[in-house]
Amino acid sequence: MGELKLMKGNEAIAEAAIRLGADAYFGYPITPQSEVLEYFMAEKPHERTGMVILQAESELAAINMVYGAAATGKRAMTSSSSPGISLKQEGISYMAGAELPCLIVNVVRGGPGLGTIQPSQCDYFQATKGGGHGDYNLLVLAPASVQEMADFVELGFDLAFKYRNPVMILSDGVIGQMMEKVEFQEQKARWTEEEIIKNSTWATTGKPESRERNIITSLDLDSSRQEKHNNKLQRKYQDMRDNEVRFEKIECDDAEYLLIAYGSSARIAQKVVQLCRDKGHKVGLLRPITLFPFPTDVINKLADQVKSMLTLELSTGQMVEDVRLAVNGKVKVEHYGRTGGMIYSPTEIVEVLENKIIGG
Amino acid sequence: MEDKILKEIINPENIVYKKTKLMTDKTLSYCPGCGHGTSHRILMELIDEMNLQEKTIGVAPVGCSVLAYEFMNIDMQQAAHGRAPAVATGIKRLWPEKFVFTYQGDGDLAAIGTAETIHACNRGENILIVFINNGIYGMTGGQMAPTTLEGMKSSTSPYGRDVKTMGNPLLITELVAQLPGTYSVSRHAVHTPAHVRRTKKALKKAIENQVNGIGGVNFVEIVSNCNSGWKMTPVKANEWMAENMFPFFKLGDLKVDGKLIEKEK
Repeated sequence: MGELKLMKGNEAIAEAAIRLGADAYFGYPITPQSEVLEYFMAEKPHERTGMVILQAESELAAINMVYGAAATGKRAMTSSSSPGISLKQEGISYMAGAELPCLIVNVVRGGPGLGTIQPSQCDYFQATKGGGHGDYNLLVLAPASVQEMADFVELGFDLAFKYRNPVMILSDGVIGQMMEKVEFQEQKARWTEEEIIKNSTWATTGKPESRERNIITSLDLDSSRQEKHNNKLQRKYQDMRDNEVRFEKIECDDAEYLLIAYGSSARIAQKVVQLCRDKGHKVGLLRPITLFPFPTDVINKLADQVKSMLTLELSTGQMVEDVRLAVNGKVKVEHYGRTGGMIYSPTEIVEVLENKIIGG
Repeated sequence: MEDKILKEIINPENIVYKKTKLMTDKTLSYCPGCGHGTSHRILMELIDEMNLQEKTIGVAPVGCSVLAYEFMNIDMQQAAHGRAPAVATGIKRLWPEKFVFTYQGDGDLAAIGTAETIHACNRGENILIVFINNGIYGMTGGQMAPTTLEGMKSSTSPYGRDVKTMGNPLLITELVAQLPGTYSVSRHAVHTPAHVRRTKKALKKAIENQVNGIGGVNFVEIVSNCNSGWKMTPVKANEWMAENMFPFFKLGDLKVDGKLIEKEK
């Protein structure tokens, strides 16, 4: 058993990164995720592990510092909230194109524009459909607890290096700000220069006589080569769909009605399932843990079992589109959401379920 | 006959100059007469002469030199437009023992990347910034740059730059020299052998500063021509540059060993 602590989701991300032996964090303050940078700065990771922490002049600079660090084979990360993530999209697209591994945390707040500083899940499209310019995908993890905020740091970096692709932790203001018990692993060592050179043969670490020069770029002016590169990226995303789908099924075995929710909404949905079961309604919950790749197959199979589905999102309905694609018309799929930082209560959802789904 | 001449030329006794092995055999994408080729070459010669290839990580910009990594035989990263100093910051912070440089044009460094330039210089990142200033956006076809002179014609200032509506040419090198994080700042040219030698000397000092771990940005501007964008012959472009660019972009040292050089009024 590791060390138990009570802390905020944002702080857990930072602590987990230090303990993992991550190399660098580059950030810029924005509510509701500023605790990530604040925690890092207070902890002096440079003394604990040698990890580099830098407050950049902008989100643009921060993501490009991550680009530079990641291109040398180091484990580099950044975090922000919705408007800041929009600014980072340029760099994220370049990193996807140049196939660079990194970890990006989005503690989502309500939009559009400057929006609100309250929690929301309105960046699902941006996170799962690319986000910046060009045909690309991020691997997207959706934590529903402070424990998962911590655990997904290691999982995220592992997946990022496995696929040489940016990984996003799509959190929100609830998970980022709430405090829970969290268990941490023992301190791990940072990768040595020898390990980096051996494991990331593509990294720009300085060209020795023994190998050709390494180049990190997302540019190819030759259209046929660029198309080939894009096809290679697509094969990689297909590999993710084949191998990396993660989800949690709660009370699904005998379910007649299915809730689908991720992140903070999934926590609320768990209570809804309990309330519904108390009333005799056979309601289950499917919680996608990876939003890309999306748990399409399991939802399609559940569509053969349940009478109808309801997606819960703190948005006007984004994930519901992927659910409907997965269900492919087999059963009715409804959406219920709140926006602007408003959050639904379990009883509010039970009422929606009874009116729209169970009675409908 | 031609074979005989060729053999004569490649006779080792007759070789007075050869291409550094740190330049690849790839044909340069630059226009004939452009200063980029010479600037690339002297930078790569220095890295070779100083035995730094294994320690060097370069950052290419967006602009005419976007493909610099095709020509420089070192590990390189291609940065988003203007972001090279941030990218170099990420590299150098994690590999402080490596030699890290950016190679950027005026649009990249002094327009879209102004914030990254100023802040990397102000933080005193231990990197070399090589700044090629030809007063125009060359790659995209000759549009007005932040360094386009007053009255100078470009495809987006076809009647000449009107500073009242288009703003003034930016002396960003003078600006970064004022920042405490820059250690050496100088401005040079590569249009004559004497200037090439002076530029190479300045670059050598800048590289030495970083390798010796003297903190701070070493910033070398090279005022260059753009005969295609300026719509002149290479020779005419060099003459025009000396007559028009140098009076505004004055050559010489602006900051040496962390100290500003006092200019005569």
